[in-house]
Amino acid sequence: MTAIERQSGAVVLDPEEARRVRAARLERIGKWLLPLVIMIVAIWLWDRICVWNEIPRYILPRPGEVIATLYNDAALLFGSLLVTLRITFLGLALAVAGGVGLAVLFAQSKWVEMSFFPFAVILQVTPIVAIFPLINIYVDNQTAKLLLCAWIVAFFPILSNTTLGLNSVDRNLIDLFKLNGATKWQQLWHLRLPAAMPYFLGGLKIAGGLSLIGAVVAEFVAGSTGQSSGLASRIIEAGYRLNAPRLFAALILISFTGIVIFLVLSLVSHLALRRWHESALRQER
Amino acid sequence: MQHEVRAQTGESPGGVTGRGGEKPLLILRDVGKTFSNGVAALRNVDLTIRDGDFLSLLGPSGCGKSTALRIIAGLSTPTTGLLDWRGDARGRSDIGFVFQEPTLLPWASVFDNVWLPLRLRGFSREKATPAIREMIERVHLTGFENAMPRELSGGMKMRVSIARGLVTKPRLLLMDEPFAALDEITRFRLNSDLLDLWQDERFTVVFVTHSVFESVFLSNRIVVMAARPGRVFSEIAVDAPYPRDEVFRTSPDYAALCRQASRVLGDAITQGGGVHDGH
Repeated sequence: MTAIERQSGAVVLDPEEARRVRAARLERIGKWLLPLVIMIVAIWLWDRICVWNEIPRYILPRPGEVIATLYNDAALLFGSLLVTLRITFLGLALAVAGGVGLAVLFAQSKWVEMSFFPFAVILQVTPIVAIFPLINIYVDNQTAKLLLCAWIVAFFPILSNTTLGLNSVDRNLIDLFKLNGATKWQQLWHLRLPAAMPYFLGGLKIAGGLSLIGAVVAEFVAGSTGQSSGLASRIIEAGYRLNAPRLFAALILISFTGIVIFLVLSLVSHLALRRWHESALRQER
Repeated sequence: MQHEVRAQTGESPGGVTGRGGEKPLLILRDVGKTFSNGVAALRNVDLTIRDGDFLSLLGPSGCGKSTALRIIAGLSTPTTGLLDWRGDARGRSDIGFVFQEPTLLPWASVFDNVWLPLRLRGFSREKATPAIREMIERVHLTGFENAMPRELSGGMKMRVSIARGLVTKPRLLLMDEPFAALDEITRFRLNSDLLDLWQDERFTVVFVTHSVFESVFLSNRIVVMAARPGRVFSEIAVDAPYPRDEVFRTSPDYAALCRQASRVLGDAITQGGGVHDGH
């Protein structure tokens, strides 16, 4: 940006170039400003609709009330958020370990992949809500139940992406490793794993969101209540009590958590790939 | 200075060609390769690669020159015949390979890319550093050690690839149309730099190309191959002395040699499908 400005100060630009510089500057501002403005307008409209139609607070609370609840019930809500976060991150960590581990196993032999990949697909396409009653019967520990759910939902994108990455290595590079007498482990460590990195990180971004969904859904169907329960339980509870402001507050916390997870994983991905991968290159140029 | 030039077709009498050595390094005896789909990529290839040769495999596409290179590298096993390694050369571990594409690790710096062959042989970064630095200097990339491949031009990437191929000090460097994708100016410069390296380090080169001009400029022996089935059609000895430079590239001798090689290549293409009276 500064380079362009300095240039436009020193160099005489033709109308087309000047227009392009102006358009680029507008786009940069608009990218942040537009969503913000729309968001503010939407919240204002929400508030107005509540007032104009005299909607009672147990059906649709005004935004101000939601924020007040977020503040007043902070201890309760953030305690629950921590519980949900714990399940989400443990689930994600297990999904990474399981997904990458299985992918590496698959990469060792086509036969292993052919034999076991269908099971992974079955596990993925069967809705978690439908499997949960079974998990409920077989697993006693509440945390273990929730973790298992989050794991089942989140591990597949990591597994399938990492498998794809491990297998999409330049044939010539594999030949080069063979020529230099590389062992299977050297090939995995120095060639296949780094080559799979962009694919894995793509899977991780999806899995981060899914793991949160898995944690929340699991808690919903598990129907746990009490002091140590997560945000989903707060939502169910608030629903029973017609405490709409708290319901909205919990909902906002979940959305916000999802956004933060996505942003963090995007940042991780960018930092890991920025030096070499096409996806992380700046678009200017 | 007037170059003495002698070009000939047919079997080389051996050991009278430019700088090429006398001692055989590798002898291909009756090597043939038939793929599972029935295509005969190579048939009855007899070829002696002498220590110190700069040997070009020249031919139309489909003549099996890349297959021959892969067989020499041990990346592919011959259907018939055998490879006879002579002297103290020991197959795979004594070979450097340069592909048509630079084929670098995109996530690794120039330094780490050149390190790779040594790393796979168990050399730590510290132990390998002198050899890596020297090789990077030899290909004129000093100062770019920490650059990533995507920051380099095509010619520079190919230099890294050559440095990587030579960092283990191999006896035999195999090159599979390494400069085919480069622009002419870059290609000329890399040709000269490769010849410099070859003369200083005294390794043997087998260079696959479809460019008559490149093969004449670089090699002391040109093996012309024909297609369907892939086979050795003829051999041309290029007796112009080394070092060869841009003066040689513009000399009448060079032009005459190119004409000669073009004619043989033309014969190899037109007679490609037919029966060829062997040597």
